[in-house]
Amino acid sequence: MRIKDILFLAYTTLIRYPLRTIMLLIATSIGVMAVILLTAVGEGARDYITGEFRSLGTNLLIVSPGRNETSGGGVLDLGGLSPRPLTIEDAQSLTQIDDIRRIAPVVMGEASAQYDGLERAAPIIGTTPEFSGIRQWEMESGSFLPGVTMRYSPPVCAIGKEVKSELFGDEVAVGEWMRIGDRRCRVSGVIAEEGRTVGLDVQKIVVIPVALGTALFNRDSLYRIIVDVRDTSRMDQTKQSILSIIKRRHQNKEDITVIKQDTVLQSFDNIFNVLTMALGSIASVSLFVAGILIMNVMLVAVSQRQAEIGLLKAIGAKNKQINNLFVVEAIMLSGSGAILGLILGHTITQILKIAFPTFNFLPPMWASYVSLLVALISGIIFGLLPARRAARLDPVEALSGNK
Amino acid sequence: MIRLEKLSREFQVGNQVVHALDEVDLQINENEYVSIMGVSGSGKSTLLNILGLLDTPTSGDYILSGINTSKMDDDEMAGIRSTKIGFVFQSFHLIPRLTAFENIEMPMILSGINPKERMKKVNVALERVGLTDRSDHRPEQLSGGQRQRVAIARSIVMEPDVLLADEPTGNLDTTSGKEVVKLIEELNLAGLTLIVVTHDREMGERSNRLIELRDGKIINDQSQK
Repeated sequence: MRIKDILFLAYTTLIRYPLRTIMLLIATSIGVMAVILLTAVGEGARDYITGEFRSLGTNLLIVSPGRNETSGGGVLDLGGLSPRPLTIEDAQSLTQIDDIRRIAPVVMGEASAQYDGLERAAPIIGTTPEFSGIRQWEMESGSFLPGVTMRYSPPVCAIGKEVKSELFGDEVAVGEWMRIGDRRCRVSGVIAEEGRTVGLDVQKIVVIPVALGTALFNRDSLYRIIVDVRDTSRMDQTKQSILSIIKRRHQNKEDITVIKQDTVLQSFDNIFNVLTMALGSIASVSLFVAGILIMNVMLVAVSQRQAEIGLLKAIGAKNKQINNLFVVEAIMLSGSGAILGLILGHTITQILKIAFPTFNFLPPMWASYVSLLVALISGIIFGLLPARRAARLDPVEALSGNK
Repeated sequence: MIRLEKLSREFQVGNQVVHALDEVDLQINENEYVSIMGVSGSGKSTLLNILGLLDTPTSGDYILSGINTSKMDDDEMAGIRSTKIGFVFQSFHLIPRLTAFENIEMPMILSGINPKERMKKVNVALERVGLTDRSDHRPEQLSGGQRQRVAIARSIVMEPDVLLADEPTGNLDTTSGKEVVKLIEELNLAGLTLIVVTHDREMGERSNRLIELRDGKIINDQSQK
């Protein structure tokens, strides 16, 4: 029997029983559509999150004191319990590395910010002007820590928008003297940024020179050193240089951790990949439900078409041929349902993209392939049982059965 | 060409064994026109099913064209049905969603004949039964007589040796019944072995040989002129 003829015969059944065909198409296409839509949301979320991270720069290395690696002695490693501080001098020593474009030492703490009798507790970041360059911050007014270096700290500060509006209201803040903890400094600028940095809401922070920060918090260690590498291909070499320079300064002890922004990004990426796949497989369950539906309908079809099966046998159909006819019919049902689902799924994601332009709906390619495959496989699996039943019908009984 | 030797077919009905055919011996030669008659339950349908290789005997042998069919598997029997045997049923058994043309084409589709040759043979068969202008009608658009003629065209399209007809006029009015009988008798004259099961005595008496069954045994086997 020719494949074209098998396809044609299966096709005639789909046309002949339109209601049945439409119901099954809907069932399968909903399954496929669910896979496409859910994975599009998962993939979109991944893209959104990693995009946020990527905007921070993929060519950043973050140096922090202490060794965070799980290898070695863990908590029992006494040497790791009290790491040597990571000092401003350590940060300065890194400037000798040619591959480094910018270095921003960071110290963090909390202090009260006061102006004209108003007071609020604010998270404080002590750093240098490079920090704003690395973070690509825009200023709403004024400038970010002018004249500040690692060593030299003129009494200036930059404040977030919320700090500005709470302490200064509608007045001009730039140029005013305010009090931070027990220090006084002049407001040099207001940061326009509204996002988050190192876990803090930028609108709520006060940024001061790094040396002022260590003095203010009476702390000799930096919280982080953020390193901006010129060339992403030199990340690993730069990391090694940093480790060896700091090691030499720390009596040959490797007591710092250097991570790539990229590694953080990578782990988020992985998490979201798993999430997308989980969403996809949950949606695939509905495909199997559709498969079971196809099986039921095909079983009904076998008993409805007993006379036809008997006739086919009488005119010379082999059991295998009857089997193939029914399996192909099931595959055609699930396959066309899947294609319909793909079309619907992709159309709806396009519509969602227009409706929610900020969130990027990205149905991944594999979701289309996998859902099509799962639909076809469930068509085959759930088509087999009815087909076998049809093939095994006794021709005499089938012929005399319902017409 | 057909020889049955001590052929029996038993059915288990509840605790009882029913002998639908009881050690039947029968010889039918090429190009004969045989009618098989008998009341319901006489075993005539079982006999036809066995002759058509739709059913297998419990014991005894069925030799068709010199081949003993007793040891054949499903596929071998399907092969014989496809090439050597044509069936005509009381209720036509056309596939409702296919056109007359496609219904006639079906046996050739199943045996994998190429479309070009199929087209040629279907057209010949359609012409033979006088339905060339109805080729793209579906069964529901055809009268009973026309449906049976489509079924006959289907049964001869593979050029079988034997045509088995089970009450071919049972669902037809007198006029179209006569047309159908005339058609199959013409086929017999053209060389086809024709075996008709009927309980219509008038039709039975048209054949050259009348076999009567009762309780699974042949009680009468006579030649008619």
